[in-house]
Amino acid sequence: MDRRTFLQASAALGLSMSALPAWSMRGAKVVVIGGGYGGATAAKYIRLLSEGKIDVTIVEPNKEFISCPMSNLVIGGSRQLADISRPYSTLTKNHGIRVVQDTVTAIDSTARTLKLSGGSSLSYDKLVVSPGVELDFNSVEGLADAQAAGKILQSWKAGPETVALRRQLEAMPDGGVYAITIPEAPYRCPPGPYERACQVAWYFKNVKPKSKVLILDANQDVVSKAGLFKKVWTDKYKDIIEYRNQHKAIAVSAKEGLIKFDVQGDVKADVINALPAMRAGKIAQEAGLANMANNRWAGVNYQSFESTAAKDVFVIGDAIQVAPLMPKSGHMANNHGKVAAAAIVAQLSGWEINQTPMLTNTCYSFVDDRNVVHVASVHEYVAAERTFKVVAGSGGVSAEPTELEGTYANHWAKTIWSDTLE
Amino acid sequence: MQNSSMNSKFGSKFASICAPRFTALLISCLFFSTLSFAASQQELATNGLAATCANCHGTFGKSIQDGALPSLAGMKNDYFIEQMQAFKSGARKATIMHQLAKGYNDQQIKDLAAYFAAQSR
Repeated sequence: MDRRTFLQASAALGLSMSALPAWSMRGAKVVVIGGGYGGATAAKYIRLLSEGKIDVTIVEPNKEFISCPMSNLVIGGSRQLADISRPYSTLTKNHGIRVVQDTVTAIDSTARTLKLSGGSSLSYDKLVVSPGVELDFNSVEGLADAQAAGKILQSWKAGPETVALRRQLEAMPDGGVYAITIPEAPYRCPPGPYERACQVAWYFKNVKPKSKVLILDANQDVVSKAGLFKKVWTDKYKDIIEYRNQHKAIAVSAKEGLIKFDVQGDVKADVINALPAMRAGKIAQEAGLANMANNRWAGVNYQSFESTAAKDVFVIGDAIQVAPLMPKSGHMANNHGKVAAAAIVAQLSGWEINQTPMLTNTCYSFVDDRNVVHVASVHEYVAAERTFKVVAGSGGVSAEPTELEGTYANHWAKTIWSDTLE
Repeated sequence: MQNSSMNSKFGSKFASICAPRFTALLISCLFFSTLSFAASQQELATNGLAATCANCHGTFGKSIQDGALPSLAGMKNDYFIEQMQAFKSGARKATIMHQLAKGYNDQQIKDLAAYFAAQSR
């Protein structure tokens, strides 16, 4: 009896899909949209946890995986893009996952089919949606055009723009100003902008010591590792970095090198690095999955990461409406992927979904080319409240930047790339 | 949950077996009597728990080549528990592990110890 025959037989017996026994997993099809930290991990762990019984396809537009974590080091100049890139071929070779280089343009969650921009379509039993964030360039006047012209970069999705920003900094004369604008939280990678400021300052300190770094933050205060970053800025980059809170950018002009704010006065800079407001990746919005916070983020049942908008669809990573104190990070997305993978395997086996899934998070930030600080937390699913909460007493930050943590940060990166892709 | 009066793990498993899924279980047992239903469900939960260590210690607890952190795979059961408790109490100093260890309760640490002890190096 194959799976389809069994499905028909069980339908005749009045059995629901969720009541199927374990062996029915064989031949079940899962499609994963997005091969980042969330999607690639979900794909790999579905294969591992189902012992290869579930068929998994990833649809990912990029040819290779380029890590956002560590990409600030490429901007600082101590790493190359090749150092933070990994092939997708290992997912196929080691785990039998089909990787399709394409973009999903439509989800039909009733028929359980997808349309791809290349014209083909795919069907699924379970769908994982891990599209990351969409950068809303229209949230800052003039940014969409400046972005399209390559004049004002975000470099928040690691890739060609990461290198392009590095080139802008290299071309900037000594005595120039680099300004990074930060949108209101939540955005992808809470400590990322502050780490980037450190990386640019480290480069300036060594090569262009008369230059300045301006951090223009829409938030009330530094969003992550505030005490540690502020101390580094005073101790290491006193005459280079200037931090200004409550600076919400509303307009930019590449031609004039100008940034306008909602309340504060205009700021001039030679290199403007504007991070616009962010929201769930486009496909999540178009498929109606982004149903929270004015349709900005995707609501999920945290126990499984199944969408609150569509059955058999699981949304993970930066695109979701986060639980309290849950950062939009690569490490967190990797952990979402594992919880979703286990939930999918459980559902396709007719088992109860784990009542107490756990998540960890570790974010390392480089304050120069080798000294590092971290923030860490452990999150448990609290069934009574239907959300994840940080386990009381767990987690914390570094005491100070150290080279030892730099060693661990490099180890972390190589390991999580392996855990996600190999 | 409907079985809130049953506090033990077995209680919750029993409830999950007895509830509407019983019919499906019966059918699967008739066809495949060797299928270990509840054990696999538990195994899945433990695998999921152990996967929270994999970001830094490697998938299945196997550290990457020339890594800076120890492999957990094949670590002796008692040693794992002892070290995790030492991280939790602060007896063993660390940069980060003392903060992460506090996120796991005694039962979870025991489950993790058994899982990693059973993994090949």
